[in-house]
Amino acid sequence: MVEPVLEISGLVKNFGALRATDGVTLDLRPGEIHALIGPNGAGKSTLIHQICGTLRQDAGTIRFVGRDVGALSVAERAQLGLGRTFQVSSIAPDFSALRNVMLAVQAKQGSSFRFFKPVMLDHSLIDTAMAMLERVNLGARARIPAAELSHGERRQLEIAMALALGSKAFLLDEPMAGMGPEGSKSLTRFLDTLRHEAPILLVEHDMDAVFALADRISVLVYGRVIATGTVEEIRRDPTVRTAYLGDHA
Amino acid sequence: MPMLNRENLVNLALAILLIAVPLIANGLGQPFYITLATRVAILALAATGLNLALGLGGLVSFGHAAFFGLGGYVAGILAAHNFSGEPVIFGLGGTNQMWVIWVVSILVSGIVGLAIGAISLRTSGVYFIMITLAFAQMVYYFAISWPAYGGQDGLSILVRNQFPGISTMRPLSFFFVCYVILILGIGLFALIRASRFGAALQASRQNEVRVATVGIRPFRIRLTAFVISAMLTGIAGALFADLNRFVSPSMLSWQMSGELIVLIILGGTGRLFGPLAGAALYVVFEYALGGMTERWQFFLGLILLLVVLFARGGLIGLLAGKAKHG
Repeated sequence: MVEPVLEISGLVKNFGALRATDGVTLDLRPGEIHALIGPNGAGKSTLIHQICGTLRQDAGTIRFVGRDVGALSVAERAQLGLGRTFQVSSIAPDFSALRNVMLAVQAKQGSSFRFFKPVMLDHSLIDTAMAMLERVNLGARARIPAAELSHGERRQLEIAMALALGSKAFLLDEPMAGMGPEGSKSLTRFLDTLRHEAPILLVEHDMDAVFALADRISVLVYGRVIATGTVEEIRRDPTVRTAYLGDHA
Repeated sequence: MPMLNRENLVNLALAILLIAVPLIANGLGQPFYITLATRVAILALAATGLNLALGLGGLVSFGHAAFFGLGGYVAGILAAHNFSGEPVIFGLGGTNQMWVIWVVSILVSGIVGLAIGAISLRTSGVYFIMITLAFAQMVYYFAISWPAYGGQDGLSILVRNQFPGISTMRPLSFFFVCYVILILGIGLFALIRASRFGAALQASRQNEVRVATVGIRPFRIRLTAFVISAMLTGIAGALFADLNRFVSPSMLSWQMSGELIVLIILGGTGRLFGPLAGAALYVVFEYALGGMTERWQFFLGLILLLVVLFARGGLIGLLAGKAKHG
């Protein structure tokens, strides 16, 4: 079997008496889209925070590209190639789209302690960043301040930044949230191609997108993974149907 | 890329104005105005230092008087020891050479800035403001309670320190020294702002989470910026002591820290020539209004209120429009 890119086992996180993550074990294999679904309050966000490093787990391990990353900072995990997008897009609003991506490129090159060369004369930054923007179809909007980009464009911008990091796995937190039906469709098509770049852990509420994209689905309820399987297996699983899917399946 | 856009023209005009005033004053035999212009240049340099942390990094330091005063005390103490012939520390004597004083000022404020920054930058927002204020107050009370260097009364510099080939006692010559250092300081600010480091620093101000998510640790970036900021403000302090030929704990006071912030807000936060514009406005108000009423700071307060409410970009923002981020 191929070594998983991301491997989470026995993860536990308590907030006081509340066990928000309760022994979660899941993995992300090369080339796949692994969707994580679950009702509100199931602990999806808490899980993501632990994978990224904004929260520290109480027990369990997180392995990423063969390393135990459980004690590393957010920045260190990003340097290893954990590319992330946020439920509410997180960008530098005063910077243009291009400069946002250039920031990711300079981080990837590992050199933010250069004080004298102007970035806008640095073609190794600009050209790479432009290429990433072209890939997410934002090339024409490169010089627009990120604050003025539409909701969907900010999503694309975040993905361009994750691409610029040379991510070895993408962690996408509800990318479809707030997108119109057209936007969701085109983003779904795009994510379908993105999996060839690196595997995707997709946290999503939009079941159409999940069923269209996912190779595997894990269902999180009350901090626990109650089922993991292919789309068909999850659709048929009786516990999932009662716990979550209802009549949607 | 240096382009002749509106902001660059405004900046150029300010730079020329600052040098024209003392030249004209010198021609008219009015050395007082040369001193005013020198004061503007030095305050602008100190505020340019703070602008690096506050304007680019969003780090509202309410303790930069510590670095300003430290630079001043370095100048005063080294000059005093040079006069008395007693060693300062480890058998090293004092000096009246400005460039040595500047180097020592930069080192001392850099080291103290590293210590203060390393602790303060673990907090943010109002806590950061308060903890930087607390550190500056510690330095202030230390200076007050150290009688060897004048304590509350301060320390006089009997003869202005020397610079090779320049007679620093001539007001115009000393103005040029300060002017050149100001322009170098502004140049350094411009380089840093345009660099990779500057990009990371400005991004840390806008969105700390985003910076960490691309793999850059905001803390290191901010700490480095804080240290460079302290160094620039420190060298300005050394010049200020030489201008007044006097250094006192008032240079370390929290009013001084507040004044530096006011200069930046008046001129335009994060703008290249914002500190110079702000310092010029401030000194002109101080002189013009101060000549009319002792309560001139009341009117300064009103103006500051208007700027904060209606002209967020300060004077530079009014003249040159909104900042461009490329």
